[in-house]
Amino acid sequence: MSEVSIRKVVKKYDDVLAVRGIDLDIKDHEFVVLVGPSGCGKTTTLRMIAGLEDITDGEILIGPDVVNDVPPKDRDIAMVFQNYALYPHMTVHENMSFGLRLKKFPKAEINTRVEEAARILDITELLDRKPKQLSGGQRQRVAMGRAIVRHPKVFLFDEPLSNLDAKLRVQMRIEIKKVHQKVRTTTVYVTHDQVEAMTLADRVVVMSNGVIEQVGTPADLYHNPQTRFVAGFIGSPAMNFVPCRLEPQGQSLSLRLGQDIVLPVPPERASRYLAHAQNGKLELGIRPEHLTEARGELQPGVAPLHAKLDVTEPMGMETYVYFDLAGAPACGRVSPNAGARDGGMLPMAVDLNNMHLIDAASGRVL
Amino acid sequence: MTTTANPAAIAPSRPHYGSMKRERLWALRWSYFFLIIFVIFFLTPPVYMLITSLKTSHEISSLTNPWWVFNPTLENYVELLTSSQFQTFFINSALVSVLVVSITMLIAIPAAFALSRMKFWGSEILATGVFLTYLVPETLLFIPLFKMMAVFAQVTGIQLINTWWVNVILYPTLTVPFCTWIMIGYFASIPKELDEAAIIDGATWAQTLTKIFIPVALPGLIAATIFAFTVSWAQFLYPLAFTTSTDQLVLPVGIITTLIKGDVFNWGQIMTGALLGAMPPLIIYAFLMDYYIAGLTAGATKG
Repeated sequence: MSEVSIRKVVKKYDDVLAVRGIDLDIKDHEFVVLVGPSGCGKTTTLRMIAGLEDITDGEILIGPDVVNDVPPKDRDIAMVFQNYALYPHMTVHENMSFGLRLKKFPKAEINTRVEEAARILDITELLDRKPKQLSGGQRQRVAMGRAIVRHPKVFLFDEPLSNLDAKLRVQMRIEIKKVHQKVRTTTVYVTHDQVEAMTLADRVVVMSNGVIEQVGTPADLYHNPQTRFVAGFIGSPAMNFVPCRLEPQGQSLSLRLGQDIVLPVPPERASRYLAHAQNGKLELGIRPEHLTEARGELQPGVAPLHAKLDVTEPMGMETYVYFDLAGAPACGRVSPNAGARDGGMLPMAVDLNNMHLIDAASGRVL
Repeated sequence: MTTTANPAAIAPSRPHYGSMKRERLWALRWSYFFLIIFVIFFLTPPVYMLITSLKTSHEISSLTNPWWVFNPTLENYVELLTSSQFQTFFINSALVSVLVVSITMLIAIPAAFALSRMKFWGSEILATGVFLTYLVPETLLFIPLFKMMAVFAQVTGIQLINTWWVNVILYPTLTVPFCTWIMIGYFASIPKELDEAAIIDGATWAQTLTKIFIPVALPGLIAATIFAFTVSWAQFLYPLAFTTSTDQLVLPVGIITTLIKGDVFNWGQIMTGALLGAMPPLIIYAFLMDYYIAGLTAGATKG
């Protein structure tokens, strides 16, 4: 087991910059998830760690060693592919032991390791089957088993759950987390699904356009996004963005949305935002759970708002309401008993203690 | 009668579609019609060969119905199978074919693997080039090839012309391009992740080829093998041009040169020889037919 360091790594395909000089330090035992939309460079980064892609510039270290020119087989890594990539003509046992057999491990050692991995993944009874006799979830387990038996320094996962149906994906997600708790191998996991990223990761790396937008724990990314991209990417339903202006009134600040809506900024935030009062291109970022129905007496920092609802989506434990907020589409989460209905009016409350103010020009969260 | 919705009243307004069953029936009738024509067309020569091979020379030359055997005899078979010449031809053919198939596979498989997987400068042009060489007809090639063999003999003192060994060197010029092309198509259909998984598992290129690609592409490999065997077993032009001594001839040329003496055609034995000569490919096809067809179609769509 080992740490992984990525230093100013660049990947260029002909004229296209896929990865634009990223830095990342992954600690021993850590589970790091690279997440971002397709084409953001996350898979390329993973493949460079694996050694399947050359590095155009920069360095990758596994443990203390620079591995730029080390072939994949000598990097002591194991990789799980999106389409499983099981060897179709081999049994599960042969699939899992292939790497060890190539390295001429003694037979007893191979069997011990395969059985141990099979036990961890609960596939002991499948060892004699061929891949085509397995379901998608079982194949995914075998692919993980093939990685585990190697006892590598680093596990690499390339969107391993995207071929599974929604229910199985949730199951396998938990399974992967359990496996990591048992084997504690340093893991780099690539996905485009932010829910997978949030649920699995010790730390999440959000990438976009070949650069790292932000690195942090899931909670950190959720509550303190540093850029508009991260704010919008993490969380479901996504954060609402409403163009706004700041209006100073002595020591206090108010937030103007469109022509009619003026909301008071909570005092501790007002001091932070005061310097940006003259900025004409600002956006209010507010998560749906901070746009709720008005309940009883409003807390400090919570402002009332009247919304004419366009569409409501009852989810059971809560209802998503969609409405127009000063010209921008907005989504709120209200109680199923709040009386929300399509086309109806609803008195709502916006919790500005959890607001984010974004400089629209730079995309930074202020 | 009421005016409420009545399904029977609506039904006539629906457009009339032909019955699926009827269309299928006609499709089948046409298929069988053409299949029967094909069968007649392709089976007539071998049936005629069989009939003729069972006749005596006397019956062949007499004016009886050529499509019927009045005095069936196996004398042609007995004579041919006990003739040492025919046995020599057969052994020569078998040796040449086995060697050619082996050489072809030894060249075509690694070539196809390299061309389909190791992306190197010019690999795509090379892959197309390999196929284009297959399109050059052998009738154009045998004269320059003959010259090459003659020069080779002058330079090295090794005389290959008029030995069956020359066939072992010449046939692969026909079989290697086509087999390489089939195998490129086959290898290309194997997902890239499979070799990446093998590389990460620690396999070298050679191990990836032998332990992953060859077993996974086995049907394509069998198709290529059958093709190479058929080509070398049936090859006529090169052995006709390059070999003349009776003990060096392969079956197709041997039958023609020894059983036609001047203008005397020993039809009974010619037909028997041709029929016996067609047996080995037939037996191989029968056993590997399923693989052969699967191999050809996969190569066609994925190539």
